[in-house]
Amino acid sequence: MMDRDWTVAELRDAVASGDSTARDLCEQFLERIDAVDPQLNAFTVVLEDAARARADDIDRHRDEWRDRPLLGVPITVKDVICTRGTPTTGASRILAGFCPPYDATVVKRLHDAGAVMLGKTNCDEFAMGSSTEHSAYEPTRNPWATDRIPGGSSGGAAAAVAARLAPVSIASDTGGSIRQPAAFCGIVGLKPTYGRVSRYGLLAFASSLDQIGPMTLTVADTATVFRVIAGKDPCDATSVSYDTPDPSTFLPGHADGARVGVPRVVLEGIDDHVRRAFDAALNILAQRGATIHDIELPHIEYGIPVYYLVAPAEASSNLARYDGVRYGFRATLDADRATLQTMYERTRDEGFGAEVKRRIMLGTYALSAGYYDAYYVQAQRVRSLIKADYDHAFQNVDAIATPTTPTPAFRIGEHLDDPLAMYLGDIFTVSANLTGLPAISVPAGFTSTRLPVGLQLMSRAFDEATLFRLADAYEQDAPWWRESPPIET
Amino acid sequence: MASPLTKSDVARIARLAHLELTDDEQALFTKQLAQILTYAERLQEVDTAGVSATWHPGAEVGPLRPDTPRPSLATDDALANAPAPGPRGLFRVPKVIG
Repeated sequence: MMDRDWTVAELRDAVASGDSTARDLCEQFLERIDAVDPQLNAFTVVLEDAARARADDIDRHRDEWRDRPLLGVPITVKDVICTRGTPTTGASRILAGFCPPYDATVVKRLHDAGAVMLGKTNCDEFAMGSSTEHSAYEPTRNPWATDRIPGGSSGGAAAAVAARLAPVSIASDTGGSIRQPAAFCGIVGLKPTYGRVSRYGLLAFASSLDQIGPMTLTVADTATVFRVIAGKDPCDATSVSYDTPDPSTFLPGHADGARVGVPRVVLEGIDDHVRRAFDAALNILAQRGATIHDIELPHIEYGIPVYYLVAPAEASSNLARYDGVRYGFRATLDADRATLQTMYERTRDEGFGAEVKRRIMLGTYALSAGYYDAYYVQAQRVRSLIKADYDHAFQNVDAIATPTTPTPAFRIGEHLDDPLAMYLGDIFTVSANLTGLPAISVPAGFTSTRLPVGLQLMSRAFDEATLFRLADAYEQDAPWWRESPPIET
Repeated sequence: MASPLTKSDVARIARLAHLELTDDEQALFTKQLAQILTYAERLQEVDTAGVSATWHPGAEVGPLRPDTPRPSLATDDALANAPAPGPRGLFRVPKVIG
């Protein structure tokens, strides 16, 4: 097996220079998936034949395509992102067998950059969940402790990168779905600024919150992939045309003179191991020249209730399209008693899993007559106050640091019967989505039982460069990514 | 504010959401949604007088594009995933008009 400490840049350069071939890389990763994935269930589908054909095509065009930023680099795509002619299920029974007639814009961009798609990754159904237990395809397991969840909703994407089954995963983040599993699996994950990355071809969950982003082993790799997928897309009216900075302008990173804010109050009550890892990370940033400042975010505690009204409300509307008419699953009905209404209702009851139904119900309630103002509108107003808290804080600091999660990965089944307990774990991640701000999670060490912990940094809108610069500066002195999980093959 | 959720509220919401819930699901969701909504009650304590709502965090609001015709999804492609494709480019559904 190849050296486990490769980066995206090294793999790309090996293909471009002829030291390796796209086909050879592809075979090595496919072999490892074959050996390891039965223990993890990170993939909903592995595309061996398509990946090999694509790799051969790249090798044939190597000279012509030499400058492509991901030449021959294997990637995975979360199964909520459309891939033409390849099953895209959202880890839901209701989309069983669905093969999109088009590629998502990010998939097209990655393809044009020379990437080789190895497969689609498992997740919570329609990206709703924090554990990947709400998948119609069985849970994914955490490579660091297979009796624990990998986080969610992008649990398969995170587990695949952590277990070295692929150097890059592409996923979506609506309330922490990239950052929380990145933290739980000990990898880097970025939620870009709202509007940075086209969502054309993403199965919509909550349209004012959803954003697509990369997951990789290192900060530099995430910056490279971010540059490939970011940019205006005529097919997504929320995408923006701002320039995406070249990684060479901010890497290698430094923290000299950076002002980092810490909302101390919200750190009360978090897990001791997480707290220690977080304090150690702040020390490293300070040693590298950052100054640490206490800040206040008075409305951050309302992030969870705001999120769990706004996201389900938008989901209840977005998921109305799954009705058994145009694609996916349709319930079998008694022909002489079948009505259109029964067909809709039974298809949706049989096709959706419990968490998705719970959120559709919650969202429908929050939007229904008599409750709309009290729940939905009030939540959107408090959202404005949360946004104002961040705007105020960013007048004095360049970045805000918190742990990514209040605890390390929990056990499979631990919160399955208590949705509210599961939701409360999203306290540090939801505000980036509510405000649209960018946020990154970087590995920040381990608990005493070797469970990964994540450091989250947030910055001003469209200032991902600051996140990369600080996170890379931290990573230089804390290269936790070099440690790989204890997986037997 | 809202009284605790009853099973008939859940049945009403399920109808609005086009979900045919089983009795067990109705009972479970009545309990769980009441818990979540009780937790969300804390939003009522926030003074939002004069605060406008943030419906989305978008940077560019309502960008326009030239109104130029472009090719769209071909009918065969649109029908390819239908669970019950009908004749002449239609989707087949249960009879609506008796």
